[in-house]
Amino acid sequence: MKNTSHINPLENEAIYIFREVVAQFEKPVLLFSGGKDSITLVRLAQKAFYPSKIPFPLLHIDTGHNFPETIVFRDRLTKELGLELIVRHVQDSIDQGKVIEESGRYSSRNALQTTTLLEAIEEFKFDACIGGARRDEEKARAKERVFSIRDNFGQWDEKNQRPELFDMLNGQIEFGQNVRVFPISNWTELDVWSYIEREKMEIPSIYFAHLRKTFIRDGMIWTNDDAIVFRDEEEVVKERLIRFRTVGDMSCTAAVLSAASDISSVVQEIRDSTISERGARIDDKRSESAMEKRKQQGYF
Amino acid sequence: MEVLKIATAGSVDDGKSTLIGRLLYDTNSLTSDKIEAIEKTSKQKGYDYLDFSLATDGLVAEREQGITIDVAHIYFSTNNKSYIIADTPGHVEYTRNMITGASTSQAAIILIDARKGVIEQTKRHFFINNLLRVKEVVVAINKMDLVAFSEEIYKTIKSDFHKLLKERDYQEQRITFIPVSALKGDNIVHKSETMTWYSGQTLLEHLEVLDFKDIYNVGTPRFPVQSVIRPKIDAFRDFRGYAGKVYGGELSIGDSVLVLPSKAKTKIKSIYFYDQEVQTASRRSSVTLTLEDEINISRGDMITKLDNLPVISKQFAAKIAWMDRETLKVGNKYVIQHGVNKVLAKVDRIHHTINTDFSGIVETVNELDINDIALVSFKLNKPIFYDAFKNHRTNGSFIIINPQSNTTAGAGFIQ
Repeated sequence: MKNTSHINPLENEAIYIFREVVAQFEKPVLLFSGGKDSITLVRLAQKAFYPSKIPFPLLHIDTGHNFPETIVFRDRLTKELGLELIVRHVQDSIDQGKVIEESGRYSSRNALQTTTLLEAIEEFKFDACIGGARRDEEKARAKERVFSIRDNFGQWDEKNQRPELFDMLNGQIEFGQNVRVFPISNWTELDVWSYIEREKMEIPSIYFAHLRKTFIRDGMIWTNDDAIVFRDEEEVVKERLIRFRTVGDMSCTAAVLSAASDISSVVQEIRDSTISERGARIDDKRSESAMEKRKQQGYF
Repeated sequence: MEVLKIATAGSVDDGKSTLIGRLLYDTNSLTSDKIEAIEKTSKQKGYDYLDFSLATDGLVAEREQGITIDVAHIYFSTNNKSYIIADTPGHVEYTRNMITGASTSQAAIILIDARKGVIEQTKRHFFINNLLRVKEVVVAINKMDLVAFSEEIYKTIKSDFHKLLKERDYQEQRITFIPVSALKGDNIVHKSETMTWYSGQTLLEHLEVLDFKDIYNVGTPRFPVQSVIRPKIDAFRDFRGYAGKVYGGELSIGDSVLVLPSKAKTKIKSIYFYDQEVQTASRRSSVTLTLEDEINISRGDMITKLDNLPVISKQFAAKIAWMDRETLKVGNKYVIQHGVNKVLAKVDRIHHTINTDFSGIVETVNELDINDIALVSFKLNKPIFYDAFKNHRTNGSFIIINPQSNTTAGAGFIQ
């Protein structure tokens, strides 16, 4: 294992941020997707409050398009740690006519989850939503503060963000506003993977190499699932040895060809990689400013 | 391995984004999909070179106007160090974002366009970095290719810059000058083949050998209590831990400590980092302490050693950077957040404003506008425990919160 001492200041910073959230807000929640970043958040929260239990629930916005392996993992982790898990379903928002399902070749429920998330925030009166976004992921995220204020409509005013100086986090908000909190803002993808390795954390099996039925579109490897992922007849399904580098919905997460079957080979693969993480996110390919637009609307 | 945070300030006109892009490109830090995106967009815009600024200007408005509005964070690493670049805007109306970027950085890169020399904007960047006592300043004299790589011009700019160091508001700093061409790649990562008259290090070589180990090792330990941890579970029935981050020194088991404001004396009984008990809490580590005696301690209290105490006072004077559109006036009330501690404060006096081009001060000021820097006295509703900013970056700084809008309206550096 390579030297991981550079993660220590990042870890100390994240623990500090978690403690500020609990001190400054009444109803924080951790947005949990079952992906590696939110799993890392759970570990950091454990560290921040030990020997107390994590003093806030986890919220999962279930699009119904998740990889089943992620859901199995989510339920096991929360049970093992005795955490409260709240699940809200995008399907309910669709059934209630609040959002309209996309259709066609690039349809995904990724953007729809914003509505379900904002409703859950209102339902539970959450005032701080802790998320695993990192500034290195995408250039709109590179501009994000650690405490990022959302107005009553969940919107991000990117041109008028609060300055954040030194370690000081200003969590004062008006009634109805809420804050998105990003404790691992300054971590890179490689930092997260190195940390998972160092901490011997468990992660969902889809992060490791496995055989999967897939097809190729636009040079990317898509999961074949006729119920969830749109596929043209001429798009040929083939079994490939792949793994996922980032975990979103099945309909917007592309796989990478890989034989990395354990954490140390995954870390090595990331180290050698020449493609960025979100290069495998189909939802970001829509336009140069796809992420910024979604963020303004309240996307996490 | 170290993490080095660097603030850059300047507009796209200075080639700042190009410089960062070049740094990433020449260290093989740009992934192939990002390079492809840059190539594609550069081509669309009809450029015959790669426009690296596209790698860093992330907001739509920034790309439209060709300027940097907000701080972007860019990450790359060498075998030696992890780098975080806080890319900050240079326009005067975004001074607050420049301060934000500089506040967490150990080094700053100030860009000068070799054709323009030291201009007002250069002075302001330098002033801000100097005000925030960023330890190391690199002055990159850029676009040398457009002045025929002239040593003469480089020397003139260097001596113009040196004049600033004689001005009254200058505070001692380490400054290094490097002639570069970000566009052509001269002296960024690779040595310039043209500027043979320059025998110094390239920008990256310089950053690689910088040593910041001592930057937080001034003053004595300050432990502001973030929260009290009381697990209320059987295995830890009587556990009462104080969670916080250690600044400015170390704390070890057995150390005699003083708790402020109660001034109760006790000893450190144990130090937890997660489920590990450790002997010593090092600087900037987030730990949980337990103490020998039961003392009433709550968030905002401070644990220190018995010697070298902070100042305990209900008033202080500080240089402040005003960041709010609503003006600051004498008599106005604000919330001051000093670390994790919050107090109510009243503006007692505005002594003077300080010109950000090192041209001196303006006395008889009635109010502060956005982006003003000034010396201001405050009175507080209860005492805080502070150090002078020059001795303790963390315990000598604070933010000013507008209690109506809740926004962070200013930053302060205690005298």
